[in-house]
Amino acid sequence: MSKVVESNVTNRRQAMKCLLWGGAGVLWTFAGGVPRPLRLGGEAEAGEVRGFTFGQISDSHIGFKAGAHPSAEDTLADAVAQMAAMQPQFVIHSGDVSHLSAAEQFAVAGEIMQGVKRDVFYVPGEHDTIGDDGKLFFERFGRGHGTGGWYSFDAHGVHFVGLVNVVNLTSTGLGSIGAAQIAWLKNDLKGRASSTPIVVFAHMPLWSIYPQWGWGTADAAPVLATLRRFGSVTVLNGHIHQVIQKVEGNVTYHTAYSTAFPQPAPGVGPGPGPLKVPADELKAMLGIRRLEVVSDRVALTDKTLAQ
Amino acid sequence: MNFSSRGFRPILTLAAMSIAVVCATALVPGSRAAVAEAAAPAPAPAAAAAAVSTMQSDITIDSYMFRPAVVTIAKGTTVVWVNKDDDVHTIKSKAGPEAFSSPALPTGSRYGFTFKRAGTYRYICSVHPYMHGVIVVR
Repeated sequence: MSKVVESNVTNRRQAMKCLLWGGAGVLWTFAGGVPRPLRLGGEAEAGEVRGFTFGQISDSHIGFKAGAHPSAEDTLADAVAQMAAMQPQFVIHSGDVSHLSAAEQFAVAGEIMQGVKRDVFYVPGEHDTIGDDGKLFFERFGRGHGTGGWYSFDAHGVHFVGLVNVVNLTSTGLGSIGAAQIAWLKNDLKGRASSTPIVVFAHMPLWSIYPQWGWGTADAAPVLATLRRFGSVTVLNGHIHQVIQKVEGNVTYHTAYSTAFPQPAPGVGPGPGPLKVPADELKAMLGIRRLEVVSDRVALTDKTLAQ
Repeated sequence: MNFSSRGFRPILTLAAMSIAVVCATALVPGSRAAVAEAAAPAPAPAAAAAAVSTMQSDITIDSYMFRPAVVTIAKGTTVVWVNKDDDVHTIKSKAGPEAFSSPALPTGSRYGFTFKRAGTYRYICSVHPYMHGVIVVR
């Protein structure tokens, strides 16, 4: 955690007025010294936010095998069974569905994911775009109407945005959004009330966790500039196979567990490869996420496969 | 080039043994061998990659690095990359007289390319673009 680069909150006064609680995307205001939840979706809002839950699954790496490690298919099946039991309204898969971008790996992953019995919204990871910039991935899992594969949708008054930051990685290995996608995002958010809760999901972290390993996105700044006016922004990422969270103004960032294998803490060891752990400890390092939107709050619960 | 400092990782030993098999397949004259199947273990010692070779040069991918990172070879030499990491890598050219691009190379797999034109080639792993390598063909 010490390696996490904390950004400055430029408007300190505003930061004092608003306190995000427990990294859960709850926006509070202080009125007369008493903290009160800020009403998002207030009287003037047409799209009222109603309570609902959704799930996040990440980094299933179907096809990954290493020594005595249990198959990524088996651990994804465990994750899917847990997710199905939670009965979310829908599920987000934040990328690295496959290990090698192979058609049969996508097919197996899609089949296992059907076990959640809910709609699944995918974005690709860099393991899903090897050699073909994600052609096979988008053929099976694509939602975007444009060529780049990004998209948005609304659910219960919350606006969801799926971004693609794993095509054209920078020379230092960072994720990249690109001018076309940023222009699309600006247009997508234009005219939306600032009180609309926003959930952004993309594979690689949208903040700089450990750039030496490519754990960040080079051009995240203009994306965040576009999001800054919104009162509640929740950013969901995968890629680093561990839960790290950060709060910056009204924006909360959360990376997720993998369902396949853990990775080392930022900067520990020669590279971000699979972390070898004793078999009986593995499931405590894999997991899924439940997100609950209650009125104007997004509350996250990370649950390991051992729980 | 030697692997002894990393010999404690058993997966590396297995991958190193595959080099003898690679040599047999990669020496087809003028061939552009793109091989990605799992390595078959063979009872050979870990071959040290030669920096200069008339026909073949081996490069290992280990701890997110190409080793050696810079290789000088004669025209017509086949370079064979062997992935000894637990992660997936690729070989993708960035600059040089000819372009080359491997499929995804899981642990223990290999990729070969025969360099027929002189010049300096720069390449990366497209999954981890901070991994850089250079081939100089004379």
